[in-house]
Amino acid sequence: MSKILVLFAHPTYEHSRVNQALIESISKKKGVIVHDLYEKYADFNIDVKYEQELLLKHPIVIWHHPLYWYSCPPLMKQWIDMVLEYNWAYGPNGNVLKGKKIMNAITTGGSREVYCTEGSNNYTINTFLKPFEQTATLCGMDYLPPFSVMGTNLITDEELIEATQQYNVAIDLLLQEQLSDNDLEQCEYLNDLPELKDIEL
Amino acid sequence: MSGDILFNAIIFLAGAIICVPIAKKFGLSSVLGYLFAGIIIGPYVLGFVGEEGEDILHFAEFGVVIMLFLIGLEIEPSSFWKMRKSIVVMGGAQVIITLVMADIIFILLGFDWKVSLVISMAVVLSSTAIVLQTLKEKGLMDTSYGAASFSILLFQDIIVIPMLAIIPLLSDPEKVIHASDDHGINILEGLPLAVQGGAIILSVVLVVLMGKYLIVPMLRLVAITKLRELLSASALLIVFLLALSMEIVGLSPALGAFLGGVVLATSEFKHELESNLEPFKGLLLGLFFMAVGASINFIVINENPGMIAGLVTGIIIMKAIVIYAVGHLFKLKQDQKLLLSVGLAQIGEFAFVLLSFAFQLSILDRNQLDMMLVVTALTMTLAPILGVINERVVLPHVGTKEIASRPMDHIAKAQKIILVGFGHFGSTVGRFLRSYGIEATVLDHNSNQVDLLRKMGFEVYYGDATRMDLLESAGIADAELLICAIDDPDTTNTLVTMVQEKYPKLKLMVRAKSRYDAYELLNMGVEHVYRESLETSVKLAGDVLSHLGFRKYGIVRQAQNFIKYDEKSLRRLASQPRNTEEYIFRVKEEIAQSEKLLEEDLKRGLIDTNHHWNSELMRKDSYTGES
Repeated sequence: MSKILVLFAHPTYEHSRVNQALIESISKKKGVIVHDLYEKYADFNIDVKYEQELLLKHPIVIWHHPLYWYSCPPLMKQWIDMVLEYNWAYGPNGNVLKGKKIMNAITTGGSREVYCTEGSNNYTINTFLKPFEQTATLCGMDYLPPFSVMGTNLITDEELIEATQQYNVAIDLLLQEQLSDNDLEQCEYLNDLPELKDIEL
Repeated sequence: MSGDILFNAIIFLAGAIICVPIAKKFGLSSVLGYLFAGIIIGPYVLGFVGEEGEDILHFAEFGVVIMLFLIGLEIEPSSFWKMRKSIVVMGGAQVIITLVMADIIFILLGFDWKVSLVISMAVVLSSTAIVLQTLKEKGLMDTSYGAASFSILLFQDIIVIPMLAIIPLLSDPEKVIHASDDHGINILEGLPLAVQGGAIILSVVLVVLMGKYLIVPMLRLVAITKLRELLSASALLIVFLLALSMEIVGLSPALGAFLGGVVLATSEFKHELESNLEPFKGLLLGLFFMAVGASINFIVINENPGMIAGLVTGIIIMKAIVIYAVGHLFKLKQDQKLLLSVGLAQIGEFAFVLLSFAFQLSILDRNQLDMMLVVTALTMTLAPILGVINERVVLPHVGTKEIASRPMDHIAKAQKIILVGFGHFGSTVGRFLRSYGIEATVLDHNSNQVDLLRKMGFEVYYGDATRMDLLESAGIADAELLICAIDDPDTTNTLVTMVQEKYPKLKLMVRAKSRYDAYELLNMGVEHVYRESLETSVKLAGDVLSHLGFRKYGIVRQAQNFIKYDEKSLRRLASQPRNTEEYIFRVKEEIAQSEKLLEEDLKRGLIDTNHHWNSELMRKDSYTGES
């Protein structure tokens, strides 16, 4: 039984070198299931029951998507709107997701430097991801720091391999439940974990 | 001889053609037009029609028989069941109260009790022919007044059976005129009453069985031949058969026809029978009303004008009061009560039957018969006039006009949809609509299929949809839109042309077999054309691409664009002149068009609509988000 559910949303996956590398590197991993939303729901008609059953079966969920205009692609938002129903995911009787872990895994064209108060985007990634964090909080889930691959427009092949390995290590740590709350509180991005930072080619 | 027939035919037809449009022009019901035409051509005004008026009346009574058959057809057993309370209670109250009151009045007037009873029975009945014809013409069948009228009339039509059974009991067997012409065929005459009763019940059961196990299989057989006139012939044959079988046991042919109609109301041939018999009914009813007009014996009136006037007025007032009271009991609104009581105040056509029957049994004498026939005909003529006065003078002063008091019904009515063709295409359309709770009225010409689908709970009727009368009985006049899912392009074109001509405002959604059929439909001015070969082929191609490894989201968008583009080019090419006369030219042209389409597709190439977040472009520009 897989433990991690990767909800993947990318409207032009066929053109995304970075995401192809990331997704391919984890899709065969034991304990991980990659759920390709744009392939499954090309018509945007989400099977809510099926999605809810998938959620129930997995203790860890990853929203994996490129950051488009400081948010997720529309099908991911549609997934959130449709699947996280009142009195199921939230509300007085909605507690089935309580205690699950959830996080964003994102790719951004802009580099880490532009995502800060001094940069051209003015805010940090974590600020832009607040709606996701609050969604998780409302559903009683633990929201983990995001894993991010940034500056994808300039990324070299070497850097991409590095990023791929980091993603794999992060997922392994999640699978083995080796992340302490203390570790997580220390980092802005999951990429800042010492185990990930050590990865050098 | 034949000259006579032709002359009579010309007189009656001309009378109708002159008088009915005049009546209509003044906003009166056609019934009044016919009645006046009858009076004018009758023996006492122009004298074109003499004694034969009575024979014509007998012949034209067949119009009433057909009408009752048609009424029966419209009453499905289930809706019949829903109406049971209002039929029995309303109808029963009206019949009993009127009967008792009339009986008392006639006895007080000095008639023998038997005579009084027979006359009262005749007086109780109202004219199904006049009332229903008027209601239908004015589209009032669905108001509470219409429903109440129908309930009462139906009960009266049923109560005629026991009446016809009781009348012989009142007769003095010694005085009965034997071998009377009209009842020569009653095979039960002279048998003990118990046997007669049993035979009557048996014959009713027989009608029901006949409908189920003889008529429907026969119609299916006829339907296979696809000859329209054979269906008309069968429809008439059915009504004749029903009428004759009832007459043999001495029952009213109209009642037999009604019963037969109810039995066939649930069959798939309902609409087909309706539309086949409608013209006959119309003509014969017109003839019947004219014959009633012509049979008004002005000599009898002249002999005893006071008595006749008194009876006519008295009967109308009495009937109206009783019906008003019944309406009050059923909490009808003020204007509905008025409409109902004035509408049903006349004596009906069954009175002619009852009175003549009683005359043959020597219960009534010649004078009494003549007098009552005149009274009946006069009330039938006066009541519609009173109706007009009621509507024009009285009702405008009554405050509670019933308007849209049942909004849901009106919405359901306003959304009427007709689906023509229930093959694989049409049934899919119907099923999907049904999933939204939209029940289309379905027409199909394959009787096997119709039967099967009816078993699955679909409301499907058998019939040739290129007949306007069939479409009209399916309710095209009130329909919001018509879906044409017919397989054969020629039939589709015929239907579209016909509907566009008669109902230009009706929205048409039409299935097209091919690109070229679609051109034709577009050029005919149909806006919503659905090519059956478009979406499915694109979907298949899309699935092929998906199997080859292309992403589904891109395919979905590309497919939608492809369809959009193809629709656009369809409309563009449709307007180009084409030589469709010569087959060889057409084929050449179609090949040329295919080539053109392929060429355009090639030039257009893959429409890459996914330009957003084009990472390649941004990579090329080394865009990092820095401004």
